[in-house]
Amino acid sequence: MKGNEALAEAAIRAGADAYFGYPITPQSEVIEYLMRENPADRTGMQVLQAESEIAAINMVYGAAGCGKRVMTSSSSPGISLKMEGVSYIAGAELPCLLVNVVRGGPGLGTIQPSQSDYFQAVKGGGHGDYKMIVLAPATVQESVDYVKLGFELAFKYRNPVMILSDGIIGQMMEKVELFEQQPRSKEEPEWATVGKKEGKDSVIVTSLQLQSEEQEKVNLRLQAKYREVEKNEVMYETYNCEDAEYLFAAFGSCARITRKAMEMARKKGIKVGLIRPQTLYPFPADAISELSERMKGILTVEMNAGQMVEDVRLAVNGKTPVEHFGRFGGVIPSPEEILEALEQKIIGG
Amino acid sequence: MTEEIIIAGFGGQGVLSMGQILCYGGVMQGKEVSWMPSYGPEMRGGTANCTAIISDDQISSPVLNEFDTAIVLNQPSMDKFEDAVKPGGLLIYEENGMTRKPKRTDINVCSIAAYDESVRMNNTKVFNMIVIGGFLKVKPILELNKVIDGLKKVLPERYHHLVPLNEEAIYKGMDIIKSEHKAD
Repeated sequence: MKGNEALAEAAIRAGADAYFGYPITPQSEVIEYLMRENPADRTGMQVLQAESEIAAINMVYGAAGCGKRVMTSSSSPGISLKMEGVSYIAGAELPCLLVNVVRGGPGLGTIQPSQSDYFQAVKGGGHGDYKMIVLAPATVQESVDYVKLGFELAFKYRNPVMILSDGIIGQMMEKVELFEQQPRSKEEPEWATVGKKEGKDSVIVTSLQLQSEEQEKVNLRLQAKYREVEKNEVMYETYNCEDAEYLFAAFGSCARITRKAMEMARKKGIKVGLIRPQTLYPFPADAISELSERMKGILTVEMNAGQMVEDVRLAVNGKTPVEHFGRFGGVIPSPEEILEALEQKIIGG
Repeated sequence: MTEEIIIAGFGGQGVLSMGQILCYGGVMQGKEVSWMPSYGPEMRGGTANCTAIISDDQISSPVLNEFDTAIVLNQPSMDKFEDAVKPGGLLIYEENGMTRKPKRTDINVCSIAAYDESVRMNNTKVFNMIVIGGFLKVKPILELNKVIDGLKKVLPERYHHLVPLNEEAIYKGMDIIKSEHKAD
């Protein structure tokens, strides 16, 4: 199945209550698939093309406030438009799933694949001291699995979760195993605004606290939650790290291209491994720190000008040299040039 | 076995569906597959291409710079991908509309007059299946019945009565492909 279509089918199967979105290349197949599939007949899931991205994210805010499993998706410029809403959702501590099928920027940029929204996804994007849980699929299969996982994490922590995909993963076709249809939840969480019941207090969903002390309490609660997320939810994969002298660090589609570069390097006798963060927030800092102690150097490979490299450097904390290799603007790096960068920047440098 | 293929031509020649048919055929035969299209503005009326990878092992990169096989269906595609064939690899080109022959001598080159054949078959839509037939003759990486099963996945059900015609086109392609040059 095509990445975007598999992801859309996964939303139906994960028991989503609603999807609100607006088309944009290279993500449009998500909403196209959902419109064609008309899940209202299958599960009762509502699908609506909003009049804009801003409307879509505020529909998500509303549905999430009612305790519903709700999803939206877009590509980079559209995600920028949604960021105000995401900040409100994070502030109001509501669960939702966002998908960013990243294309090159800034501005309208290009429709070709990129990873230039890493900072936006893991460092904020919207205003205020908040965090999204960010999942980075490298295969169509992971795009599917992370929809289910994303909803689970969103509800576990009452926090927005983002799947940070890109034009490659969204557009490519691969073999995929879909999970069984999950029933839509009939539960009404106690924080959901579903009408005041007799004998119960009103539920108010808001991200507004005019008293500084009250707002600080919210911030402290959020920070405590993020520490829990960091403790429990880190996911990553390592390849060939047992005997490695050098290390690649890459996420998403770039990790697959880098894996090819690693295979080529191994054929030349270069002992290089690869770490692929599957969660970008929480970041596998401890794992990278540990690995860095026995590496002669680390090269991050990203389709951007050097974003995740900052988190890798923080994790390594000077224990070994960390360099970055990137192509951007929608240009996809080739395995050959990644290997060349390793030889020049790390082994030779 | 790993076969990394680039298929390139004009939009409308069935370039993207050729890759899909081969990949679905691969799935039917229990292979790992990956299909990555060009989705840029160029595919809208200009040149289109897709990368299809069929392998016994897990596939790492879905995007490549070098290929075991390049199937090029117009001159711009030959210009772009001739150099991307691995030494000893295969280049298949459609004769119609080409203004020059491939220059490389370190690769295997085959030509196929698929367009002319499709006109003779009174259905130019089977053009791409003729090319697939030619490819499978030179590199029989998939069983024919699995490719037909793959075709049934790509072809909407209302067109399934055309499956026998497409099968015939595959056989025609196998007959008419010509070897132009063996790798040095």
